[in-house]
Amino acid sequence: MRIPVRFELNGHAVEVEVAPDRTLLDLLRDTMGETGTKEGCREGECGACTVVVDGRAVNSCLFPAPEIDGTRVLTIEGLSCDHGRLSRVQQAFLDASGTQCGFCTPGMVMTAVAFLAENPAPMDTEIREALTGNLCRCTGYVQIVEAIQLAARRSRDPQA
Amino acid sequence: MTRSRHVGTERPRPDAADKLAGKAHYIHDIAVQGMLYGRIRFSDHAHARIARIDTSLAESVPGVRAVITGQTTPEIRFGLLRDNVALKKDRVRQFRDEVAAVAATSPEAAARAVELIEVEYEPLPAVFTPDEALAEGAALVHETDHAGRSRSSNLLPLSCRHLTGDIAAATAASRYIVEGTYTVPRIQQACMGTSGCLAEFSPEGNLTITAKTQIPFLAQRDFNRALEALGLTNRNSRVIVPAIGGAFGTGLDTHAYEFIAILLAWKTGRPVKIVYDRREEFSCLSPRQEARIRVCQGCDDRGRLTFRDVEVIQDNGAYTSWGATYPNVMLVTATSLYRVPAVRFDSRIVYTNNTYCQAMRGYGNPEVTWAIESNLDELAAAAGMDPIAMRLLNANEPGDLSPMGLKFDSCALRECLDAVATSLRTSSSPPAGQTRVRGTGMAGLINVGGGGKIYRSDGSGIILKLDDYGNVNVAYGGVEMGQGLHSALTIMVADALGVRPERVFINQTDTATCPWDVGTHASRGAFMAGNAAVLAATKLRERLFALAERVYADEVERNIARIGQSERIEAFDFRAARAADFDLRDGYLAPRQAPDEAWYRIELGRLLRAAHFAERDPAIFTEEAFYEPPTQLPDWERGYGNMSASYGFGAQGVEVEVDTETGEVRILRLVAVSDIGRVLNPATLKGQMYGGIAQGVGYALFEEVQTERGRILNPGFTDYKVASAADLDFPIELRFVETNDPHGPFGAKGAGELALAPTAPAIANAIYNAVGVRVRDLPITPEKVLRALSETSRR
Ligand code: FES
Ligand code: FES
Repeated sequence: MRIPVRFELNGHAVEVEVAPDRTLLDLLRDTMGETGTKEGCREGECGACTVVVDGRAVNSCLFPAPEIDGTRVLTIEGLSCDHGRLSRVQQAFLDASGTQCGFCTPGMVMTAVAFLAENPAPMDTEIREALTGNLCRCTGYVQIVEAIQLAARRSRDPQA
Repeated sequence: MTRSRHVGTERPRPDAADKLAGKAHYIHDIAVQGMLYGRIRFSDHAHARIARIDTSLAESVPGVRAVITGQTTPEIRFGLLRDNVALKKDRVRQFRDEVAAVAATSPEAAARAVELIEVEYEPLPAVFTPDEALAEGAALVHETDHAGRSRSSNLLPLSCRHLTGDIAAATAASRYIVEGTYTVPRIQQACMGTSGCLAEFSPEGNLTITAKTQIPFLAQRDFNRALEALGLTNRNSRVIVPAIGGAFGTGLDTHAYEFIAILLAWKTGRPVKIVYDRREEFSCLSPRQEARIRVCQGCDDRGRLTFRDVEVIQDNGAYTSWGATYPNVMLVTATSLYRVPAVRFDSRIVYTNNTYCQAMRGYGNPEVTWAIESNLDELAAAAGMDPIAMRLLNANEPGDLSPMGLKFDSCALRECLDAVATSLRTSSSPPAGQTRVRGTGMAGLINVGGGGKIYRSDGSGIILKLDDYGNVNVAYGGVEMGQGLHSALTIMVADALGVRPERVFINQTDTATCPWDVGTHASRGAFMAGNAAVLAATKLRERLFALAERVYADEVERNIARIGQSERIEAFDFRAARAADFDLRDGYLAPRQAPDEAWYRIELGRLLRAAHFAERDPAIFTEEAFYEPPTQLPDWERGYGNMSASYGFGAQGVEVEVDTETGEVRILRLVAVSDIGRVLNPATLKGQMYGGIAQGVGYALFEEVQTERGRILNPGFTDYKVASAADLDFPIELRFVETNDPHGPFGAKGAGELALAPTAPAIANAIYNAVGVRVRDLPITPEKVLRALSETSRR
């Protein structure tokens, strides 16, 4: 059995059929071929698969694909601006050296995007709290926290 | 010639934008036409005879293209001692042994089919600790070696030992002596990107394999041997390295899953990809070794070290990877951290029916530093000395030749220790409750910083190819796995050659296009790549300047025709310019004496086009170089030889708060001061340090692969804790004492591994300082702290 779903992916309307046992992560990576979203565990433990659904950061590996119907989904592919330029949060990660191997990075960035929308002037500790679901084995998180602070500062003052 | 315009400056890494845009292609993201999905059936026993395998049900699953076993395919032997085979034929020796595999058109079909393979086992007696394995009459994990010769013990035939001076005499002459046994657990590298590969054959039988490896060229050798086992003689393997989601040592060996992908691709004639899921990664990929290290050190009445005696026993698991050579690297610290006049080192590595182990970042050094630096603190306590003063008293100095024959051409250990001590002295606020006690501790370190010769060549090749537009394409065989190699290499090529970093492009690592490199390990990437780049760039500059002698005058005339000559500097006769007059800077050729005058400058691309399209002797510009560091392959029986061209040093200090009611240890702050020569890129270097410290904290406090009779009990992030951002919510102060190493490119030494070596002992020492108990068994869990506290109070 396959279930038809309609949703908005990175600003574009999508209509596909999904099997009921598939996840949003499968839908994005396998059906849509959008491989920017990563799979690190499939158990909701690592956050590599984080995408933003209706403004909320979710683990797409736990999100049943049929439930995506009628939502707006933002993934790492949807962040870049015209001509593929990096968005503010991505650019801050670049400037603050917030990525190493990069595997956790799309998930980190999406968590940061949803978090900063809620909390545009966060404390470091709040950022660390928000990131607890996103594991990174490379960076020790320091430069990720700095990147998110930089993005926050730039949203208040673009010259920062 | 090594002027630096970009070295030492903070620049975004060249690989970051793709990663941030979700455009980096990891093995998980790669798919090719007609690709099949491979999946492996692993053993259900730690040690058993395989009585029967029935694959008929699996074969009938729709979408399945092949089901293979050790009985139905040629044997592919691999491993450091060639004691492992891709598919086990008659016996399994660990829970994760590969007994069969499936290739199917979808991952789901492959997963279903693998479950339907029926395997009957006859269990055999098994051994799970080195002590059990070495006991009289213990079951043999391997009854024969790779060549079929019978074996009589579970001890591996690898020895690594050292003796300098007379330990007995030094013991007798010591005023204080402390002995202790320190243990380290198996831990998982836990790369966020799991393991995998994609194998594909050409109709001629040549293999292309996209592999998550740190050793593309040694892997090529292993894969070529596999082709021979398949009867494909005179064929080649091409190894391509995709974006790597962390490696930390997991790529230092070839793996059974890679050979199984090769077998499935060969059998089906289709590309086959195998990617581990997280559960497989935890339970079927080799972790870091478990080890027990006995250390005895002595000092005289002033605190000067008199001797050090170190004995290592390492649980190898069932097969042998390069990780079994950890003792080779432990030797560095055992013989050479601090000045010690008499040293004995011995190591034994033992087969058991546990999961076999492999390399992880630091390669023996975190283990041995844990033992020695914990013991040194105990010695200081016994001698009634300040542990910092004792370390300073015994610190290595530049120019030292250590008992192992290591030469320290640059060494700022003393400055690092001093800086950490100063930072720790600054007082912090009093603890929050009555049950919480604070303390500080520190530990020092030495780490290879100029390669680490444990193979007959420790070299690295590089090719710099200039195109008609002044771009530099770099073919380098080392691997970017997140550590920032491409960032360091880009700025070193730019500076060594004299171009802008934006003009430097680094090729994907591919054995078909890149020159040989032994592998990216031992913190050697940037050191080797930089030295090779400097050699190749020097040759290129010489050729470019010789060319300029011929074409420069015409090009300047053209400049003058365009820009005019009103401000011409007559002092320089451009018509008579010789090769020695030129410099290349920021992508412009100009005379050294007038580098900034527009009409004297020729853009590199223009110069190259002039050479390319010249009527006489047209030329294009590509140079290669092979750098082999001035090191020795040590004699392991004697434990002697200068295995690295330079050595990194450092120290870490921590302040902890111990809750005496719960045993919980909270880190309040950490300071790390390092001598890694010149800093190449501060941003990526700091990233290496922070990340290494995070792993060091995990090693110290909570990481452990738990096993029960060989079975891994915590194969997921739910039960295997990797530090989260909230777990590391304490300030980390990083400082670098910049020495200028004579062997390093631009004075730099390797930096990738040293951050995690001293973290665990620094924490243990701080706990001792706080509450007076010594935990000698990693990880230092609250239960162990509580137990130690109650034992002390009972005494
Ligand atoms: S892949 Fe979804 S949380 Fe790990
Ligand atoms: S950058 Fe490698 S896991 Fe985060």
